Amino acid sequence: MVSLELRDISKSFGSREVLSGINVLMDSGCLAVTGPNGSGKSTLLRIIAGLLAPTGGQVVLRSDGRPAPPELRRDLVGLVAPDLALYDELSAIENLRFFARVRGLRTADAELAASLEKLGLAGRENDRLGSYSSGMRQRVKCAFALLHDPPVLLLDEPSANLDETGAAALDSLVAEHRQRGIVVLASNHPAELRSGDCVLQLGD
Amino acid sequence: MPVETDLEPGRRPARPDVAEPGISPYRSLTPRSTVEMLARAAAVFRKDITSEFRTRYAVNAIALFAVTTLVAVGFAVGGVGISQPVQASLLWIVIYFSAMSGLSRVFVREEEARTASALRLAAAPGAVLGGKLLFNLVLLVSLEVVIVPLFVGMMHLEVSGWPLMLATLAAGSAGLAVTATVVAAIVSKANAKGALFAVLSFPILLPLLVGAIHGTQAALSSARFAAGMQDFKLLVSYTGVMFIVSLFVFRFIWED
Repeated sequence: MVSLELRDISKSFGSREVLSGINVLMDSGCLAVTGPNGSGKSTLLRIIAGLLAPTGGQVVLRSDGRPAPPELRRDLVGLVAPDLALYDELSAIENLRFFARVRGLRTADAELAASLEKLGLAGRENDRLGSYSSGMRQRVKCAFALLHDPPVLLLDEPSANLDETGAAALDSLVAEHRQRGIVVLASNHPAELRSGDCVLQLGD
Repeated sequence: MPVETDLEPGRRPARPDVAEPGISPYRSLTPRSTVEMLARAAAVFRKDITSEFRTRYAVNAIALFAVTTLVAVGFAVGGVGISQPVQASLLWIVIYFSAMSGLSRVFVREEEARTASALRLAAAPGAVLGGKLLFNLVLLVSLEVVIVPLFVGMMHLEVSGWPLMLATLAAGSAGLAVTATVVAAIVSKANAKGALFAVLSFPILLPLLVGAIHGTQAALSSARFAAGMQDFKLLVSYTGVMFIVSLFVFRFIWED
């Protein structure tokens, strides 16, 4: 059982305050984060993922009621974001194999290939990422985020560059994940926002 | 900036009381032993080697610099009899600047290709440090395997004590690789990475370079290992201290 708590989160870049007074507590379901460009959606997701330190406040992830230490956060969180790239010079399956190994997972290649197939990349798993379209890369990023089956899934503009099939595959992944964990989804697309159980509106 | 939260607990689906078979999302994947950490560092090393073989990103930069410098030095002083201290200094100048041209790329490439975030999310800092350090060490040793015989040939170097020469090169390279790896992690987020890497590295590496030059000079002039023992000890101590310091500070450098 995992819960996510954001306690009075604020973030400033120089003198510009991007986020302030963000308070959230959730233990399941999907939180949709929306707001105009520059309102701090991506920043908030990076703070939750531990990639960015907040200026003030605290992110508390609890695993079985106990606050998870910072080094455990990478095990609890999966992130898909536009500014997160995988290795172009490696194939999709090599990327997943590498990230599985550095996480200490002994996932078999067949299992990795199956996860790519689920996202519509069957037959292309041995092609280098550099030869992929942006939509296909987005699918591999989804497979990367789900590789360790994290209880907290952070999706920043997840349907960007995805075609209808890709968007449908993503929808089913989100639906499946929210049944057994937490999804935080940052987007401005009305269709994606509808999948949220609750909405966090960031404003100017 | 005011924030509106609209949390509706009633709409949240209930979590299943029993996890699905085969799914254990809350288990810790943090390495529990040194062996496990080394296995993950090996994964980072294998990935970097594979990437390097496919892109020649660092090898090209280092090899071009090393060969150009060697040729320039060879033409400038090859026919002139120069003293052993100058020969030893020139060898380490070539090694140092060649290393500076390529060793930073191990982290710079991660930042420039925007893959650093994925690596930070997936890998423990110790595994990243171990893998990157091993990669830089292999790169530097490979460079020396080419540079040193070429330098010996072009400069008509007469090495009296090969065991001391090789030990000095090995210890000096290890220290250079450790320091360069940590400094590369520091500068990888900066704008003027190349200049900053050399500027930051030089004062830290100065004791190592002095020891390495003295050790090499001793190897040129004497067949006895004891002639360069003090310098060898200095190099080993320096490398050990830098390695231990890097183990403590790397997490903060990498994650902040």
